[in-house]
Amino acid sequence: MSTTVTPPPKKTNRLGLEVLSYKGSKTTLCAGCGHNAISERIVECFYEVGVNPWNVAKFSGIGCSSKSPAYFLGLSHGFNAVHGRMPAIATGALMANRNLVGLGVSGDGDTASIGLGQFMHMLRRNVRLIYLIENNGVYGLTKGQFSATADLGSTLKTGIPNELPPFDCCALALHWGATFVARSFSGDKKQLQAILKAAISHRGLSVIDVISPCVTFNDHEGSTKSYSYMKDHEEPLHQLDYVPFQDDIAIELPEGETTEVELHDGSRLRIRKLGRDFDPTDRIAALAALDQAEAAGEVLTGVLYVNTSKPTFDDMLQLDDTPLALLPDAKLRPSPAVLEQAMEELR
Amino acid sequence: MSTLEVSPVEPSSGPTGPSLVNDFSLQVATVNGSGSQTANSVLMRAILQMGIPVSGKNMFPSNIAGLPTWFTIRASRHGYIGRRKEIDFLVAMNPETAQEDVRKLEAGAGVVYDEPLKLSQIRSDLHFYPVPFDKLVGPVCSEPKLRKLVRNMIYDGVVANLLSIEMEEVRQALVKQFGPKKAKAADLNWRAAQTGFDYAAKTFTKTDACRVERSNQTAGKIIIDGNAACALGAMFAGVSFVAWYPITPSSSLVETLIGYMRRFRTDPETGKASYAIVQAEDELASIGMCLGAGWAGARAMTATAGPGVSLMSEFVGLGYYAETPAVIINVERVGPSTGLPTRTQQADILTTATLSHGDTKHPMIFPASPEECFRYTIDAFDLAARFQTPVFVMSDLDLGMNNWMADAFPYPSKPIDRGKVLTAEDLERAGGFARYADVDGDGVGWRTLPGTNHPQAAYFTRGSGHNEKAQYTEREDDYIRNMDRLAHKFDVMRGHVPQPVVEAAEGAEVGLIAFGTSDYAVRESRDQLLAEYGIAASYFRLRAYPFSSDLAEFIARHQRVYVVEQNRDGQMLGLMRLELAADLIAKLRSVRYYGGLPLDARTVTDDVVAQEGKK
Repeated sequence: MSTTVTPPPKKTNRLGLEVLSYKGSKTTLCAGCGHNAISERIVECFYEVGVNPWNVAKFSGIGCSSKSPAYFLGLSHGFNAVHGRMPAIATGALMANRNLVGLGVSGDGDTASIGLGQFMHMLRRNVRLIYLIENNGVYGLTKGQFSATADLGSTLKTGIPNELPPFDCCALALHWGATFVARSFSGDKKQLQAILKAAISHRGLSVIDVISPCVTFNDHEGSTKSYSYMKDHEEPLHQLDYVPFQDDIAIELPEGETTEVELHDGSRLRIRKLGRDFDPTDRIAALAALDQAEAAGEVLTGVLYVNTSKPTFDDMLQLDDTPLALLPDAKLRPSPAVLEQAMEELR
Repeated sequence: MSTLEVSPVEPSSGPTGPSLVNDFSLQVATVNGSGSQTANSVLMRAILQMGIPVSGKNMFPSNIAGLPTWFTIRASRHGYIGRRKEIDFLVAMNPETAQEDVRKLEAGAGVVYDEPLKLSQIRSDLHFYPVPFDKLVGPVCSEPKLRKLVRNMIYDGVVANLLSIEMEEVRQALVKQFGPKKAKAADLNWRAAQTGFDYAAKTFTKTDACRVERSNQTAGKIIIDGNAACALGAMFAGVSFVAWYPITPSSSLVETLIGYMRRFRTDPETGKASYAIVQAEDELASIGMCLGAGWAGARAMTATAGPGVSLMSEFVGLGYYAETPAVIINVERVGPSTGLPTRTQQADILTTATLSHGDTKHPMIFPASPEECFRYTIDAFDLAARFQTPVFVMSDLDLGMNNWMADAFPYPSKPIDRGKVLTAEDLERAGGFARYADVDGDGVGWRTLPGTNHPQAAYFTRGSGHNEKAQYTEREDDYIRNMDRLAHKFDVMRGHVPQPVVEAAEGAEVGLIAFGTSDYAVRESRDQLLAEYGIAASYFRLRAYPFSSDLAEFIARHQRVYVVEQNRDGQMLGLMRLELAADLIAKLRSVRYYGGLPLDARTVTDDVVAQEGKK
């Protein structure tokens, strides 16, 4: 007598999709590369939040980081652009279709060296995009030159020290208009998950600077972007939890210890105090905290700033509710009467 | 000075001298920033309203105020509206250039000038009409600030009197120019024009030969510059995304477009826009945004000039290789580098044809008139969507920024073409797709737009090596197959870009090839060549690259073929050399003008005649 074996039900998210629907092709980056951990977090977070993968558009520039969009969200459209110019591609695409969920992955060279201009102008526009910087302070694909985020005094494998001060991408983002600014570490799984999920729920430009060690060219003694340096110097601002909007469970929050920020889709970012008082809606305080941390040789991580009220670029442009790319001909081509009117004005 | 009646002048229309009735060039020399643009436009419009074909060329400095500027109005009963070098009537308002301006005039020319300039002693073979502008403007305008501007309108009245331009037409042109919202300004200017007219009527005896006589050659015509025509074309093409960076001479194109889009592409009830216009931080960002928008399904464009095109180079290569539609309107100016930003040239041909590193080829369309600016901007959007590639509309400063008489534009006859785009339903039926597979034999793959609601819609767009399924590859065979398909796609485009206009002269040995604004000079030159030298020349007006097969046929049918272009190095001829057989190349000769002014017929005629050994 045969027995019927019922396979255990497959785990799915709120859209009924399995985690497989969020995976990409196999990574070709080095084993142990911080970027691979970030790709895994992206897969988990988009799956767990329940974002429709074919509604996501992935963008990247050039470099090791920018190769990574092939390694997650294989069911999403992707655009691997030119070096340092991903913000322009993303801005155009997201204006063409304001319903897309935009996810950009860049590196420190791509963002802070060749791409600094486009990065800064993207900040001013508050485009609805998650802009994730996989920051290892070094050019990997060209075998280990400094980028513009390399810290003063940090050394190359050859022992040559960096003599120029770094750009702090979070400070730039805070200064010039990003509405969600966070720093994390590729080795801090729980924190990065919370930040990434909150960014998915945020409406506006999220800049997430993730220290992501390069195991091949920048993980040695003397580097300030190595795993061991980060383990010793990471200073979390707070403990973060992402509460999805579906989980409408009221819990008792310890007075003075925990605050919550409500995000655009109704989800909440729950922030537990760790030693210091820090208000992530105070932009100036965030800038000051970054400055102090730099002086103290600490790498501050966590959500530095959230602003849920600033208008996004598509709102400013008063775009039609229907994505521009999908507007019917009748909305795109004015009538013959309009042409006749224009001609009459020129006679 | 005694008061004399203005006596009608008999045109000297004998066999030796040309008639100057409805056939003359009038030049106004002023200082830029003095508001002369309005006075000049009104004058030009008044002549058009009297039924005479007319053109206006503004030669202005790259400066805001204080430098010399010249505006030339050509009236031609023959319909020649290209530039003519010879000036028959001068309005000299600029002390700095007046002496030289007078010296350059044709014998017998008329000169209206600001009395204190005392120009009448310079030459004895001209007809001088001194006007005390400062004295006349006082009673017209009490506000010293406005006087400088209103002063120019006085010469409109003087010229109207001397050339028999009807004042009612001047008044109507003024009303048109200022619009209903600036009726007060129109009124003030009208009084200034009348003052000039009255002064001339009671002061001068008309002695020069230039004159306007009412005709009927301009019924229904419009006056428009090429930039505005491209803007209208873009709006009717269904443009939905524009990114741009201001640069002379293309800025007015997008600014005019913004004006039209606000009026006609914004929902009057909701205030929502069916378009996004983004002033980007530079041209790299402009073209990048266009590629992003085109990739996502918008009808995207940018407008720029040479320096901007240079900056766009890398991204245009991405557009070519990743196969992303975008329309780039290049209003060419004089290069290299900053060059002469306010002068005209056709000198971006070679750089554009193969813009970016690696093997690339880009289609270019060459409009020659406002009608073609309108029509070809529409075509460029359809072509970009159909062939999934950046398409260049090659205008120039002469076409883009000067006012042209044109026929009213016809409403587009074809529906909007969005090219090969698969929907979720298509994907469901087909069970998937390969982005870069040539399933139709035309080299063009099918694409999907991000956001298409289907698990098989996605593909990965990249500027790195890719196979038919858009996957990363460095394989030799994948690379070659892809590059060959792109070359085939470009070949297929030959039959889809605007085709040439060929006018064959019976039994002609000589052929002329030209494109864009060289057309006006070449058409007039053909008449000169025949009338003055007995040279019959066929004419091939090129309207696009890639070339159609007619080009080789045209060259084969003639003994000597002159390629006329506005650049130093014969760039279009160079481009032809890359494609044509050696025996055809041997027939090509080059006529080049690159001084930055609109090309004139005499320059072409003289060069051809010299090369033909007839001079």
